[in-house]
Amino acid sequence: MNLWVYTFRRLLYVIPVLLGVCLIIYLLFNVVAGDPTHILLGKHATAKQMAELRHELGLDRHWFMQYLDLVKSAFTFDFGRSWSTKQLISSMISEGAIPSLTLTVPGFFISTICAVSLSLLVSFYRGGLFDKFTILICISLMSIPSLAYILFGQYFFAYKLGMFEISGYDFGFPHFIPYIQLPVLIWITLTIGPDLRFYRTVVLDEVYQDYVRTARAKGLGEKLILFKHVLKNAMIPIVTYVVIQIPFLILGALLIESFFGIPGLGGITLNAINSSDFPVIRAMTILSAVAYIIFGVITDILYTVVDPRVRLN
Amino acid sequence: MENVQSNSFATTEIKELKSKSLWRHAFETLLRDKTAVVSLFTVGVYALIALLTAFGFLAADWAAEVGPSYQSPSTEFLFGTDIFGRSVVAKTLKGTQVAMSIGLSTAVLSAVIGVFLGSIAGYYGGKIDEIIVWFYNTFSSIPSIMLLVAITFILGKGLVAVYLALGLTSWVGLCRLIRGEVIRHKDREYVHAASAIGGGDFRKLFKHILPNVLHIVIINFSLQFQVAIKAEVILSYLGLGVQGQPSWGTMIDDAKLELARGVWWQLGAATFAMFGVVLTLNLLGDALRDALDPKLKGK
Repeated sequence: MNLWVYTFRRLLYVIPVLLGVCLIIYLLFNVVAGDPTHILLGKHATAKQMAELRHELGLDRHWFMQYLDLVKSAFTFDFGRSWSTKQLISSMISEGAIPSLTLTVPGFFISTICAVSLSLLVSFYRGGLFDKFTILICISLMSIPSLAYILFGQYFFAYKLGMFEISGYDFGFPHFIPYIQLPVLIWITLTIGPDLRFYRTVVLDEVYQDYVRTARAKGLGEKLILFKHVLKNAMIPIVTYVVIQIPFLILGALLIESFFGIPGLGGITLNAINSSDFPVIRAMTILSAVAYIIFGVITDILYTVVDPRVRLN
Repeated sequence: MENVQSNSFATTEIKELKSKSLWRHAFETLLRDKTAVVSLFTVGVYALIALLTAFGFLAADWAAEVGPSYQSPSTEFLFGTDIFGRSVVAKTLKGTQVAMSIGLSTAVLSAVIGVFLGSIAGYYGGKIDEIIVWFYNTFSSIPSIMLLVAITFILGKGLVAVYLALGLTSWVGLCRLIRGEVIRHKDREYVHAASAIGGGDFRKLFKHILPNVLHIVIINFSLQFQVAIKAEVILSYLGLGVQGQPSWGTMIDDAKLELARGVWWQLGAATFAMFGVVLTLNLLGDALRDALDPKLKGK
């Protein structure tokens, strides 16, 4: 099959998934969650007030029209206004994306580079003490809940030792740097364990392949085999793993952002959950689902481009 | 608990088989692995603590005031006291019950849903497969934190809501794996042989194919167990966690107000307890993979 035909078919498959996502979101917010007028007007609202508000929010229309609105918003990114701050949600998102990215991109970058190089090093000494020790540290890092890292880091390093800012954020380069140092460190601590473990499995999968044996048989050194042959072949799963994480970078980190007062998308989402701000929660859910689906398509296409062995069927 | 299971499993196998089966081989590999033995033992200890606290033999008086508020750790109070002067040790022990029950229920629920949907999708293929694949693709596109919040919103707060919310959101990975494996297996000769002697779909799927993919379920079980224990902390932070009894999640969450006053022992005790069981389950998951995955045999 031609690559273009494959891309087209893969994009067509996005439609039923997107419709399904909207259906689940519709069911959750409009059917299951009940009448939002109670939340907005409080317990002592009159029936007339509630009916007016329902009309204003468009809740009295046919259910199918409300569902269509939801589907439309997935394409236009017009999500209406927040209930608690009355801001336009689309502008909240575009403002919040930048602080989120200043936190997640450096963290992601450093963590990925460290994890990939460490995975090669660990594979070089596979089965040895260094390998086992590194894996044990990875698993240990993964066994502590993220909230504990945040609380401890903020209390001990920022408050007690005064090494970092306790919380806050400043827009513009380089003003934000002091505020993101500790959050980025915590991000790396949280992600390096699972990353390194994944990359190690990827590299070890390659190390036992026949071409490695051939390379060794013709007298190449271990280092050359590892960095030239193995790394090249391991790039396919590595790139896939990297690309699929990108949408989560835009969405930021829920807990880290809310604890360190970074006005990013993660913090916005958490505040919306705490204040039952339905339009914002709904918008963030749609946004992350759309990002996840699009990057899924990109990963699949990249996979077929990078690896000629993958047959397009 | 899992200790007992695997032991009884082994003895029945000795009676039935003289040659080394895959399971017997796996079990022997597991016993040779020191980390695996220690992990199994540790999980057993945690399970025992959970059972003892559940039946009131241990930490039954966790709610009693044993000393002044926020007493720091000393020989009298090993891990200090909380705001109401309750012993942090007793609360941590009682929290084991909540953590282990959350882990178990989530792992069981996700295994049941994942195996059921994955195996029928893989086995029947066609329209059924398409619908199930569409469903889990859709489901996994929505961030699990939103689904968690939504489910606890529907079911109200409490332990049962936490069980269901974590279980209902964690089956997709297993479902995918099982579907793939069943597709690989369904055209193998042993399955054709089973249909030649008159085995129906149900028999072929559950009696013949499923035992061959069971190792995935077991590995996934141990991983899902610890993921759920960690996820309880996030739910507690969102105010959707366990109510009315101590849990490690709520103890860690309490620390966001306590730390400013220098009270670190609740956070310390709960994190330490959680670290122990999550680390153990992670190591056990790795050891199980080494022992059970036929692809890794001989490496």
